[in-house]
Amino acid sequence: MDEALVLARVQFGLNIGFHILFPAINIGLAWILVWFRTRYERTRDEAWLRTYKLWVKVFALSFAMGVVSGVTMSFQFGTNWPGYMNKVGNIAGPLLAYEVLTAFFLEATFLGVMLFGMERVSGRMHVASTIIVALGTTLSAFWILALNSWMQTPAGHTPSANGLVAASWLAVIFNPSFPFRLAHMLLASGVTASFLVAGLSAWRLLAAPADPAARKTLVFGARLAAVLVPLQIFAGDQHGLNTLEHQPAKIAAIEALWRTERGAPLVLLALVDEAKKQNRFALEIPKAASLILAHRLDGEIKGLREFGNDHPPVMPVFTAFRVMVGTGVLMLVLAWGSQAWLRRPPRWLLWAFAAFTFSGWIATLAGWMVTEIGRQPWLVTGVLRTADAVGPAGGAKLGASLTAYVLTYTALLLAYMVTLTHMARKP
Amino acid sequence: MDLVLVFAALMGLAMLTYVLLDGYDLGVGMLMPAASREEQELMVAAIAPYWDANETWLVLGIGLLLVAFPAAHGVILGALYLPVAAMLVGLMLRGVAFELRVKAQGWHRELWNWLFWAGSTLASFAQGLMLGRYVTGFDGSFGAWLFAIVVGAGLCGGYVLLGATWLVLRTSGPLQAKAVGWAKWGLLWVALGIAFVSAGTPLASETVRSRWFDFPRTAGLMVLPAATFAIGVWVWRVLGKSDSKPFAGAAAIFVLAFIGLAYSLFPYVVMDRLTIWDAAADRSALVFLGAGVLIVLPFIAGYTVYAYRVFRGKVHRAMYDH
Repeated sequence: MDEALVLARVQFGLNIGFHILFPAINIGLAWILVWFRTRYERTRDEAWLRTYKLWVKVFALSFAMGVVSGVTMSFQFGTNWPGYMNKVGNIAGPLLAYEVLTAFFLEATFLGVMLFGMERVSGRMHVASTIIVALGTTLSAFWILALNSWMQTPAGHTPSANGLVAASWLAVIFNPSFPFRLAHMLLASGVTASFLVAGLSAWRLLAAPADPAARKTLVFGARLAAVLVPLQIFAGDQHGLNTLEHQPAKIAAIEALWRTERGAPLVLLALVDEAKKQNRFALEIPKAASLILAHRLDGEIKGLREFGNDHPPVMPVFTAFRVMVGTGVLMLVLAWGSQAWLRRPPRWLLWAFAAFTFSGWIATLAGWMVTEIGRQPWLVTGVLRTADAVGPAGGAKLGASLTAYVLTYTALLLAYMVTLTHMARKP
Repeated sequence: MDLVLVFAALMGLAMLTYVLLDGYDLGVGMLMPAASREEQELMVAAIAPYWDANETWLVLGIGLLLVAFPAAHGVILGALYLPVAAMLVGLMLRGVAFELRVKAQGWHRELWNWLFWAGSTLASFAQGLMLGRYVTGFDGSFGAWLFAIVVGAGLCGGYVLLGATWLVLRTSGPLQAKAVGWAKWGLLWVALGIAFVSAGTPLASETVRSRWFDFPRTAGLMVLPAATFAIGVWVWRVLGKSDSKPFAGAAAIFVLAFIGLAYSLFPYVVMDRLTIWDAAADRSALVFLGAGVLIVLPFIAGYTVYAYRVFRGKVHRAMYDH
């Protein structure tokens, strides 16, 4: 691979990876805020109002982070991937524009009312604004995941002189992997937000053990996580089956299976030798991969060698998948295991939740790495290779802007995390 | 009806709306160091409920460029790679500083206040620079770069004018009096900028020269600069006497400048290289999106007006207690 392609991918990956952190919190948190706000409207209990006002600050900060990194992305489609727009712009463009039209304006405008309008509009209107913002964040996920899913499992398009065009927009939007990916992402956001709520509440309780609002939100976050994590595991399994059907090379890379086999083993850990197309020192459970993926002990799983060189790099996909699943399992253990102690949480439990404050980020990022690196060498599966979409920007330009982005993102991320934990600890 | 033309108009409208709306909040950001601590809180309160939505117009403008004119999108953003990156870093810093400057304490707070100003200034200058590069068709000569730098500085002045007149509209008392003074400086700055750019554009681009200096059409076209001049004088005179007229006048100056720019460029979307029809997307994409725009845009306009009405009137205190 040439230098410009690597830099363009690193830069875009960095930006999109930075961006996803904030929607991952905000989609879930927006609905949690709807709950807090309606509880106050119903009960008129000041504790709900204080809770709402605290978490709306977290939301506002995360929203600002999401907006600024999202604006950046809208430019990088053009600066980094002009070949993408030339080939599939007639499909990707309208989907992105619909996101702006139906979601961004809605969220941004009513966020103003939600943040600053509590004393200027009626209670009902304020509740409505909170709901509209939550709807906006969810709609935004709808459109962007429609596009992402279309890139993974394209459908409903037809070739023309202007590159690909849509033959059926419904088929484009509701492409085969879309419902699974949307469910998986929305649940990921719910899980991320519930661990953030529980985690920051735990930080608060470590500093001020008597704070009643923090106790409430710790229980709330932990209970929500206990419901959402199992749902997410189920949705993830369904998504995996869908991927096996439509992107078998990705599954083979996730499982590091090189040969097509009936009764394929589940490779738990391995050193992958990409050049020789084999694993070394593999720790395996016999027949388990077939059982998980085909739901039969002798189910056939296609190996990577069937795809020649048209398969994703194995080690990153294999590793990221294990990070995602491993984090998910730990989250399940914590969410379920803690239920008995939530009324009077011991300090070790508070520390555990505090440590898991940003665990959703790890799982979400790892999951996105699985699905995006797993799509390589394609940008749009079977339609456009990543290498054919890269722009003419040379290494120097990319290097300079990449440095600026890395510095900015690192500073912003640090500021964000420090501010949140600081907010949780101050009186 | 020619869909391509419709989308060119829509994109222009989105960009103009962006410049008017984010222009005033970027301008207020640039004016921060000139105000006292308490005044700064009022200034931020005067723009805080809007900046998110204001910035969304930029995403819409770029989105429409990408959707309707994909061939131009790649050329323009590729050629403007570094100024775009600089603008984005500026917008990021100031957007996040909005939130962090009230949550941080001690020297952190000072740092975010500074970054709020620096980010606003960087983003404004970079936008002007991009405009200057764009108008000359990304000509690499020294003169063209000098021209772009002048446009960058001029746009900063324009945003300061918008920001100051916005403050005249939204504040009262000593801060409003200060804002009147800032607006006068902004106006002089803009006048100088427009004079330079009007003289420079025909020199920098032959296409523009032939379009404007073609008698007898020139006589009719002189309405534009004459109107701009008249409005400038009017704004100067109503400053300090009216709350709302200065902002309206400043906006009108931007609209006139925009019309002049559109006239200079049309039908090119990339100067001298790509017309809007060369760069247009496939009809299927335009139809699908056009339907959505027709349905959704009135709603956006409606709730934007609603949000502005919710927060109408003078800001009296820092309302950043959300």
